[in-house]
Amino acid sequence: MTDGDEIVDYPIPPVNAIQPPAEWERLRQRCPVAHVRLPSGDQATLLTRYDDVKQVLADPRFTRTADDAARVSESGGVFNSEMASSLPQSGAAHQRWRRRITKWFTAKRMIALRPGIEAMADRLVDEMIKQGSPADLKASLGFPLPVWVICDLLGVPESDRDRFAYWSDTLLNLTRYEQAEIDSAQAEFVAYMAGHIAARREAPGADLLSELITGTDAAGERMTDRMLVSTGMGLLVAGHETTANMIGKMLAMLLADRGHWEALLADPALVRTAVEETLRYDANPGFGMIRYLSEEVEVSGGVLPAGTTAVCSMGSANRDEAAFEDAAELDLSRSPNVHLSFGAGPHSCIGQPLARLELQVTLEVLLRRLPTLELAVAAADLRPVEGLAVGGLREVPVKW
Amino acid sequence: MKIIVDQDKCVASGQCVTAAVDVFDQRDEDGIVVLLNDNPPEDLAADVHQAAAVCPALAIVVED
Ligand code: HEM
Ligand code: SF4
Repeated sequence: MTDGDEIVDYPIPPVNAIQPPAEWERLRQRCPVAHVRLPSGDQATLLTRYDDVKQVLADPRFTRTADDAARVSESGGVFNSEMASSLPQSGAAHQRWRRRITKWFTAKRMIALRPGIEAMADRLVDEMIKQGSPADLKASLGFPLPVWVICDLLGVPESDRDRFAYWSDTLLNLTRYEQAEIDSAQAEFVAYMAGHIAARREAPGADLLSELITGTDAAGERMTDRMLVSTGMGLLVAGHETTANMIGKMLAMLLADRGHWEALLADPALVRTAVEETLRYDANPGFGMIRYLSEEVEVSGGVLPAGTTAVCSMGSANRDEAAFEDAAELDLSRSPNVHLSFGAGPHSCIGQPLARLELQVTLEVLLRRLPTLELAVAAADLRPVEGLAVGGLREVPVKW
Repeated sequence: MKIIVDQDKCVASGQCVTAAVDVFDQRDEDGIVVLLNDNPPEDLAADVHQAAAVCPALAIVVED
């Protein structure tokens, strides 16, 4: 199914903030169904073409894990954790769980959330300006904003935002923290959430968590406390680090060639399509998404037998010339732009409307407040994070 | 113009509502797409085609 018996080590190391690994194009052309070795030592199959990635991600028969699926690493990672074990992962029960949350992410609700998120971004930019130029955009804005937004969603008070940020960082950073720290952060988070859920049950607020506690799903079922904790944790780990990193990467891409920034200053109406284009163009998207194939499936690159663990590289798919004209160009007005950065199909990102909103607001606020913004280091010197789950840049130093 | 939406495929991304607010809405209970008008006036054709093109779930079909 591939040329020869070559086995590629995966993940493929990132190059820099802008340049994708050369391996992506080579694999799309020559080896679209590639054998890879994961950090655990287990083998899997890597898909790099747009059509193949989309087809496999969107196939409702396939799930993220199974008992005999290849493991990413010894410890497993977020999707193998508590969150995965107590929430329905497929079929009708998964859809009922999802749809109780998507209720909170409609286009209308995003319009209502916008002023609040804009006020948060303004407050963080005020603080960044007060500290003075240069600054690390990721630490001052990218990291706190999404955690503030999720705390609001869960009805968590402002005074607990810092603890949430710490828990989230610890739960996801498989490389930076010791196992003991990760375990104790998880235990603290679960204990906090249990108390918070009990308090909300007594006195429900106007937040998603209160609604999940008091309401029922389409089958009339209530969520158990364990599912509520897992849902809270799921939203935090799925929505914090991803968005935080994307804020940093987006600004790095737009400032790396200042022509992009100036085009946005001249025409802020480009913000919406510019955000989509940076999501597509992302050269540091992280690991990709796993699907365990319970049945044989045929993709353009070949036949994948039942039992395959497929790693879907959305980053490579997003640079596929067969799907995007001039895929190597960052085009701020590209439309339509059906990139796969939020996945596709029944497991695709629930938080995508919120992530889009946070990215759009961040960009608008920075264009308005700091039009002279520029990178404080050469774009090629921005260092990608090394980690297993979410891709990003370690810091994004800027001046103004 | 005739529009068909597939509520089973819809992932509630809200992209269609942003593209063509007079034609698409989302259900209050779960954010799934609802069609407000399956045969909208010609001057909305561009917005409707845009909505179908940006739908991440390919849940919208437009027949001219
Ligand atoms: C730029 C930021 C984000 C990116 C790139 C991103 C990406 C993704 C991707 C690729 C998936 C699909 C997983 C799969 O197919 O197996 C996913 C799922 C998910 N995302 Fe996001 N996400 C982002 C932000 C958010 C936010 C802000 C939230 C919520 C607060 C969120 C909540 C979720 C949830 C709950 C799932 C699981 C969906 C399911 O299993 O049905 N994400 N995300
Ligand atoms: S764009 Fe597609 S997936 Fe999103 S709400 Fe509309 S129909 Fe559903």
